[in-house]
Amino acid sequence: MQITDETIKYVSALAKLQLTKEEEERAKVDLGNILGYMDTMNELDTTGIEPMSHAFQVSNVFREDVVTNGDDRENLLANAPAKKDGCFVVPKTVE
Amino acid sequence: MDLTTLTALELSTLIKSGQVTVMEATKQTLEKIKEREQSYNCFVTVVEEEALSQAEEVQKRIDAGELADSPLAGVPMAIKDNICTKGIKTSCSSKILGDFKPPYSAEVVERLEKAGAVIIGKLNMDEFAMGSTTETSFYGATLNPWNVEHVPGGSSGGAAAAVAAEEAYYTLGSDTGGSIRQPSSFCGVTGIKPTYGTVSRYGLIAYASSLDQIGPIARNVSDCVAALEVISGYDAKDSTSVKNEEYRYTEALVDDVKGMRVGIPKGYLGEGLDEEVKQGILKVAEELRKKGAIVEECELEGIDHAIPAYYVIASAEASSNLSRYDGVKYGYRTENFEGLQDVYKNTRDEGFGNEVKRRMMIGAFVLSSGYYDAYYNKALRVKAVIKHAFDKVFEKYDVILGPTAPTTALKIGENLDDPLKMYLGDIYTVSVNLAGLPAISIPCGVDSKGLPIGAQFIGRAFGEKDIIRAAYSYEQTHEYVRPTL
Amino acid sequence: MKTYETVIGLEVHVELATKTKIFCGCSTEFGGKPNTHCCPVCTGMPGVLPVLNKKVVEYAMAAGLALNCDITRKCKFDRKNYFYPDLPKAYQTSQLYLPICRNGHVDIEVNGVKKAIGIHEIHMEEDAGKLVHDDWDDCTLIDYNRCGVPLIEIVSEPDMRSADEVIAYLTKLRTTLQYLGVSDCKMQEGSLRADVNLSVREVGAPEFGTRTEMKNLNSFKSIARAIEGERKRQIEQIEYGKSIIQETRRWDDNKDSSFAMRSKEDAQDYRYFPEPDLVPIEISEEWIKEIKSKEPELREAKMLRYETEYDIPEYDASIITETKAIADLFEATVAIIKKPKEVSNWLMVETMRLLKEHEMDAEDIKFSPENLAKLIGLMDADAINRTVAKKVFEVIFSEDIDPEQYVEEKGLRMVNDEDALRKTIEEIVSQNSQSVEDYKAGKKKAMGFLVGQTMKAMQGKANPGMINQILTGILESL
Repeated sequence: MQITDETIKYVSALAKLQLTKEEEERAKVDLGNILGYMDTMNELDTTGIEPMSHAFQVSNVFREDVVTNGDDRENLLANAPAKKDGCFVVPKTVE
Repeated sequence: MDLTTLTALELSTLIKSGQVTVMEATKQTLEKIKEREQSYNCFVTVVEEEALSQAEEVQKRIDAGELADSPLAGVPMAIKDNICTKGIKTSCSSKILGDFKPPYSAEVVERLEKAGAVIIGKLNMDEFAMGSTTETSFYGATLNPWNVEHVPGGSSGGAAAAVAAEEAYYTLGSDTGGSIRQPSSFCGVTGIKPTYGTVSRYGLIAYASSLDQIGPIARNVSDCVAALEVISGYDAKDSTSVKNEEYRYTEALVDDVKGMRVGIPKGYLGEGLDEEVKQGILKVAEELRKKGAIVEECELEGIDHAIPAYYVIASAEASSNLSRYDGVKYGYRTENFEGLQDVYKNTRDEGFGNEVKRRMMIGAFVLSSGYYDAYYNKALRVKAVIKHAFDKVFEKYDVILGPTAPTTALKIGENLDDPLKMYLGDIYTVSVNLAGLPAISIPCGVDSKGLPIGAQFIGRAFGEKDIIRAAYSYEQTHEYVRPTL
Repeated sequence: MKTYETVIGLEVHVELATKTKIFCGCSTEFGGKPNTHCCPVCTGMPGVLPVLNKKVVEYAMAAGLALNCDITRKCKFDRKNYFYPDLPKAYQTSQLYLPICRNGHVDIEVNGVKKAIGIHEIHMEEDAGKLVHDDWDDCTLIDYNRCGVPLIEIVSEPDMRSADEVIAYLTKLRTTLQYLGVSDCKMQEGSLRADVNLSVREVGAPEFGTRTEMKNLNSFKSIARAIEGERKRQIEQIEYGKSIIQETRRWDDNKDSSFAMRSKEDAQDYRYFPEPDLVPIEISEEWIKEIKSKEPELREAKMLRYETEYDIPEYDASIITETKAIADLFEATVAIIKKPKEVSNWLMVETMRLLKEHEMDAEDIKFSPENLAKLIGLMDADAINRTVAKKVFEVIFSEDIDPEQYVEEKGLRMVNDEDALRKTIEEIVSQNSQSVEDYKAGKKKAMGFLVGQTMKAMQGKANPGMINQILTGILESL
């Protein structure tokens, strides 16, 4: 399968990756090969077969509406690369 | 006395009878790790202090008679580094998780602790379980204890190698497309991938949610089954967990396959299979026949399309599961940023390795608008076909026998630059994950290079007992072969 | 100039009134210190898994049934993938392929014209966290307390043609959901949020025009203004020969105009796929029946009942049933003091006035039915007059005081002492001879002045009926 520069840029943007020119070239080849191989699925006739997302027929797994958790902020923030006033911190999201 | 060469159950008997203390066993294992880690690099983290204090505590519980029903109490073990351990670094062997110390423990870890396990560390793996060699780890490759020029397999390479190198009695790995079974095969140990839903995934850092399953690796079937009993069971925190009537797998440890129907799919012994591996499998078939099993060739359709379908589904789920590593809540954050988009892109670009990036891009592609039907939905249809094909085989057979991998352990670096070639090595394992079935890999001899060969038994859904019985019966025909360490 | 028609569809997000979040046991309580209603699951820690809150499904079903939808018998969740700091997993668990409800409608009436607004679908999903911009450090703080609060998104068909219809539709939605107990629908707390999809076309044109989506609409008033503003903007664009760009716009209530939101860096490709961590939901006929059987009395039924059971005019009934909070208050008060019309008057007039004055919602009412009933009782017993009652009610409204105690403490009890009153009136009459003459000359207005002067002298506590009676007697005898 032929992968264009555009496709690589689109896909790496979706995956939030900043690829170097070299990485992009490499990805073009790899993705082309892999997707080409994936196309071999088409040899198998699956007409009339429903897509199966779960292998087993389990349904209706629920939780009751009961509060079980309390304040665990310190633990949850312990790994944050940046925090302030009990919050996670990122660079400004709006101008 | 060198305790580390014992099996887990042998050690536990000595501990229970008071001949050995948990502390002695733990210290010896920690010593072994110090001695051998520079050769094999099985661990990302060894928690010496925690292990010693755990040993003390477990000994007290044993002395108080609390752990009489826990056959593995006091036995040192280790856990793959994608299973969360509260307060202990859990990295998935990725730079992006940095020194992440989970705020909670996985369900399996809680079950192990309750059963008196002594956790000595976290095991090396392919980054985010993506790979078949443990070479994609940010913490360096693990080497095969049978021959350090070879890979231990992957992605649970550290988990299999640690057992083979006697750095742990048993370990927990995870299996998404063969990640327990293939390294078990490469390292000459036994590994079980349970039926999807048997072991809680709560706290297993997801690679491909619909395929991931935690399982044990040990030096023999009995140890493996004892560990499986500890970790399996319904968990309300995992919506895909399945309620079974019972989980008493040790009951299946019987040397009897009389009348058992064993199918070997035609395609399993054909093109692409190493001749010595083939001979190994045929030998297993022969031994089972001798014990009264009915071993026949059978049809298993759609198997040729399992690998592409697997990589579509796994990559798609992975691309979504791994999006949360963005430098905001935990783990690594790039130092090189001005705005939010830089934090995202540079963190992920610097934090992830090539194979992970590759799969995330494939995953984003197969889910993207215009391609969803042709790839993702098609793969889900192929999955349905494969599930149905297995169902058909199990109408006639109790277990399927085949190789675990087409070859014995590869040389280091052999496939690293050719992802597609690496993917093709998963031919015998991925279909099992697509269908959610249980499977076990056990050693069945050594090839001319001195590397172990693995045989795989696949069972029907929740048919763990069938594969355990087959594997155990075969295991009784020969002695455990250990590598020269 | 050509004539244009406005075409409007709404996407309404409603936070459900469950105690816990959709996929974990964290509290949904509004407020609280940042990140204190959170756990590993709703903050997207590695390795966690969701478990669906059953109540969410039941509330979504109840909403769907009340809005005349078909319930999807086998529905499931999907992942919607995008990066944003308020979304810790980088995907929102939502429903794309098989939403829980479809094909419903809401009947509205605008200026006497009845109309059905179609509901395309209702789906369940999780809310995102809150971002607070910190100007001091020039950064953004993230609070995940709201993250994982269950939402239903109600997507209408593009069936509305004016702001009036939109408001009627929203009012109907809000009352229905409040009556069901499915949501409190407080716009200020963000538990009801509406995004407006709007396009214009020449009257008679067969196709819809290009639409824009407007966000950040915080009140019914701003929705109405935003619709008017966007309608004008689009017509202007077209008149100038420019085309409408399909985009998301942010309404700024202070500036009374909308702005195109900076188009996100990436294409909007959400890569939806079935959520592998959750299993399908199968909804049986019995379950639907059970939910339907629990459906409380909704507004229409209540209005009818008020008219017949309490003999309340239709107009009154429609006003006091507009919010469930007022209707509940009405019923509770009437149960204590069996004077429906009097209770209704207090709710319709004084309560509504004070709500408006304080910019409050009916849900924020703090006073108890007991104290309103006591107030009416005091008036009934001629213990206070209406003027005093209104003042006391203001205190009840803001502080929920006991009016009996309050009236005693403040000495507001009506003066019914005829002798004292007569004495005061005689004094007033003698001091205001001009008014007396005017009265005698037929200027009946003068009477009012004298009553007012008397009431003033009595510090407002006199019985007005008695003043009238005595005053008339004195004036006529002169």
